[in-house]
Amino acid sequence: MPDTATPPGPAASNASLRAYLHGLPGVDEVGVRERAADLATRSVKTAAKGRAIDLAIRMVDLTTLEGADSPGKVRAMSAKAAHPDPADPTAPPVAAVCVYSDMVAVAVEALKGTGVRVASVATAFPSGRAPMEAKLADTRRAVADGATEIDMVIDRGAFLAGDYRKVFEEITAVKEACATAHLKVILETGELATCDNVRRASWLAIHAGADFIKTSTGKVAPAATPQATLIMLEAVRDHYAATGRRVGVKPAGGIRTTKDAIRKLVLVNEVAGPAWLDPDLFRLGASSLLNDLLMQRTKLATGSYPGPDYYTLD
Amino acid sequence: MPEQIFEYAPAPESRAVVSLRSCYEPYIDGEFAPAKSGEYLTTVNPADEEPLAEVAVSGEADVDRAVAAARRAFDTVWSAMPGAERGKYLFRIARILQERSRELAVLETLDNGKPVKETRDSDLPLAAAHFFYHAGWADKLPYAGLGPEPRPLGVAAQVIPWNFPLLMLAWKIAPALATGNTVVLKPAETTPLSAMLFAEICQEAELPRGVVNIVPGAGETGRALVGHPGADKVAFTGSTEVGREIARAVAGTGKRLTLELGGKGANIVYDDAALDQAVEGIVTGIFFNQGHVCCAGSRLLVQESIAEELLPRLKARIERLRLGDPLDKNTDIGAINSAAQLGRIRDLAGTGTEEGATAWSPACELPERGYWFPPTVFTGVSQAHRIAREEIFGPVLSVLTFRTPDEAVTKANNTPYGLSAGVWTEKGSRMLWTAERLRAGVVWSNTFNKLDPASPFGGYKESGYGREGGRHGLEAYLG
Amino acid sequence: MAESGKRAKGARGSAAERSEDAAGRLAVRKTYKLYLGGAFPRSESGRSYPVTSAKGDHLANAAAASRKDARDAVVAARAAFGGWSSRTGYNRGQILYRVAEMMEGRRAQFTAEIAAADGISRTRAESMVSAAIDRWVYYAGWTDKFIQVIGATNPVSGPYFNSSSPEPTGVVAVIAPPEAPLLGLVSVLAPVIATGNTAVVVASERAPLPAVTLAEVLATSDLPGGVVNILTGRLHELAPHLAAHADVNALDLTGAGELAAGLEEDAAQTLKRVLRPSGDIDWAADPGISWMTPFLEVKTVWHPIGV
Repeated sequence: MPDTATPPGPAASNASLRAYLHGLPGVDEVGVRERAADLATRSVKTAAKGRAIDLAIRMVDLTTLEGADSPGKVRAMSAKAAHPDPADPTAPPVAAVCVYSDMVAVAVEALKGTGVRVASVATAFPSGRAPMEAKLADTRRAVADGATEIDMVIDRGAFLAGDYRKVFEEITAVKEACATAHLKVILETGELATCDNVRRASWLAIHAGADFIKTSTGKVAPAATPQATLIMLEAVRDHYAATGRRVGVKPAGGIRTTKDAIRKLVLVNEVAGPAWLDPDLFRLGASSLLNDLLMQRTKLATGSYPGPDYYTLD
Repeated sequence: MPEQIFEYAPAPESRAVVSLRSCYEPYIDGEFAPAKSGEYLTTVNPADEEPLAEVAVSGEADVDRAVAAARRAFDTVWSAMPGAERGKYLFRIARILQERSRELAVLETLDNGKPVKETRDSDLPLAAAHFFYHAGWADKLPYAGLGPEPRPLGVAAQVIPWNFPLLMLAWKIAPALATGNTVVLKPAETTPLSAMLFAEICQEAELPRGVVNIVPGAGETGRALVGHPGADKVAFTGSTEVGREIARAVAGTGKRLTLELGGKGANIVYDDAALDQAVEGIVTGIFFNQGHVCCAGSRLLVQESIAEELLPRLKARIERLRLGDPLDKNTDIGAINSAAQLGRIRDLAGTGTEEGATAWSPACELPERGYWFPPTVFTGVSQAHRIAREEIFGPVLSVLTFRTPDEAVTKANNTPYGLSAGVWTEKGSRMLWTAERLRAGVVWSNTFNKLDPASPFGGYKESGYGREGGRHGLEAYLG
Repeated sequence: MAESGKRAKGARGSAAERSEDAAGRLAVRKTYKLYLGGAFPRSESGRSYPVTSAKGDHLANAAAASRKDARDAVVAARAAFGGWSSRTGYNRGQILYRVAEMMEGRRAQFTAEIAAADGISRTRAESMVSAAIDRWVYYAGWTDKFIQVIGATNPVSGPYFNSSSPEPTGVVAVIAPPEAPLLGLVSVLAPVIATGNTAVVVASERAPLPAVTLAEVLATSDLPGGVVNILTGRLHELAPHLAAHADVNALDLTGAGELAAGLEEDAAQTLKRVLRPSGDIDWAADPGISWMTPFLEVKTVWHPIGV
């Protein structure tokens, strides 16, 4: 495990951050892909599948992040988040809804008393290209409106340019702006390009105070690849072994089917361990996934495949 | 509660895809005919010791008939057939293997004890690929770099082991047939069934009679086959001990011989390795197929400076391995192939403890019936320990440390074997430096236990001679 | 061991070594010794045996190497293997070419030795020497090419670089053909060392003198000591020890004659690579790669391709 006895602190220079991050064990891309592919062959059926589906539903961050998002759209999605299957009250609610910061107030109002949390993307999502003051203002506004979770993006340009200090400082500043809200740090692994970078960005974010590390904005392909998720799970596993603090992981983007979701849960189970099989430590950022989970849930209960017309499109 | 969620429910592959006959006779000259020996043995499922079928023990008379049939087929049909036509038969066989792959995978798992995940994802795809690859060579042999007019040798006597029954059959039969030889093959005593099903596939492919003959049996059958004066070529995969015996028997006869024997592969992990992938490679290296792999990475050589960091990771990973019903799709570690092999593993593992090494196994429940051995890691092993020198052929890893690259290479090479080795480092020049110095026929760097029909496989020193696979493998069957 | 009586009655009379030169001066005779680890010792056993010409005339006494000499030769060959095999092909090629150069300078001596040993004309002997010299040149050219010709890059089904390269197998014991004491010897020895192996050679028992002269050439050709070790003596005494020696990796039985089957069986104990040519060999023919491949191991290296 990396030497976390002296993790990089706020005063760390780019040189010392570089020395630390580049001193992490390398990641062999082909090996990671093969491990993920091997775990993808796990067969999760019958009762185990039922438990997995319900857990996956409880881990969903039901998301809408469109320019066309409106209060009506957010209210409808919030209703679905609290009661995913109108025909089956045993279907659990999702973990949270995830919206742009200007929609936080609408979502908070709509979800009052449901236990479903409100997460907001912030910091000039998805590109992150904005002045720091704007990013912080974005964050503070979302928190002030009642978001209890903030999904920030890192400055990938700074990361790729080797300005690790800038990335680190932005995270610590946003973390401070979050106050008691949980901070999810989006690495946008598709833009980081290499497995080594995913590992380095994971550790950088963890040391800077992330409560969660998240793969992607959903606006860049590839998004939540099995290998990126696996590398991030290794980071939180190793960080826990070194410090006793558990950081969460959130793959987001491109997770559309129950099979995708269950494969992610298998990764969690066999890489980070069963302790992470908890909505407090693992989330699935998704929109269309929820209906597929519900359909599979019905299939398990009734034995026959339902059609999409039976599920709401909100 | 989270702990229960991923107690994956049992996911057994259906046995219904396999229909076993009660008794299998030798396959000679295109037909299954009662063994003249009149002897039979029972092949059992090593996972539960249930009998699967009776299988003939071919005697000298049966071997005689098989060799005669192979000779006839060689002289009258096969050697004179245009390569393109020979190749089409092999393509056909490859296709049938693909079509019947699930049936064969389940059968192999039943007879061998290895997890269906491996037979399904490894043995079967590789066996089919081996036929497909060699099929394409049949009409291109003048381009193999072995002279302008390479000629087949004649009748190939082939004896294969029980660890990859169908895959080893493919490694033997595909190149022999592609190059125009005919074959008499003896499958292993404990795993004859996939070979007998392959005989049916030869019929299904309408392969001319006598081109492939299969004589099940035990050691005596093998002796009769490799010692048969009608064989022009002997190919054997198995233990170094039997390999020596065969080399002696063949000496002076003028028969061509290739041997693929034992190993004690070193898996070298340098301090700059991609640790998580190295852990995977170590696990694959020794626990793939319960360690019943001649090229297994049975000696872990880890740089002392990272040993303390690596070993807990390795153990944590091993604790995730799922041991149990080989037909369950989630099983990682299946059964030991036979009571005899289990005895050998227990004996050698016993010496490890007696000689002062420390054994560790994850907490895992072994099924009550069948032959089982838990994944085991020995630390505190020195080069002098028997478990560091002798091939265990089971899920038992010996961990040694080294300080410098020179020491790693010296220790890796300090064995009469020379089949495989592994190198884990993120530094390209160090990888090449190490690979260059390892006296082993296959060096996996930053990976392990990869096989491919295009990649030559075979050993240095007492791990045997000759190569199987790739352009180089053709040499073993051409004169 | 009692050696043949020919020694007493044979008159030294080879063209290479007249008793007297034209001026009546008494010639200085050469002592034919072993070649071990770059040095020229007598047999540690103190034995020798008489070598006669094709006509039966005594030519010289050759050292009768013992099993201990054979063992020492293996030790020397093993010690030289690491260095020799890790030299560049270009460097080995330069040294093999240097052997050819040095042989040219000794042409007269080789010619005389072969003419006497084989009872052939001077012209015929000279053509054999020329062919032997040219064979070194031939293999000097192979040293930096055989890996390209015999190796391969293999297109495996996956994101892996996969390449196979031939490497020298190690220490090769070579039983030189008795019938062709120089051309045959060079034809079996040069391919062995061209690819980086080291050799322990048992010279033609009948006609060992050209082999010893070749050793003197090798010793002055920048060839590191121990790469080639030449034993003269009784084949039936020496060969079984080499065939059974566990630190010998391979065995060339070209000159083993009726001993071949037994030696092959001895070699099986340690699974040596064995070359057993069949039938008459035309030493003048283009040898191709067939004399190199039996003493090469194909090593295949895999590496993932990723970012």
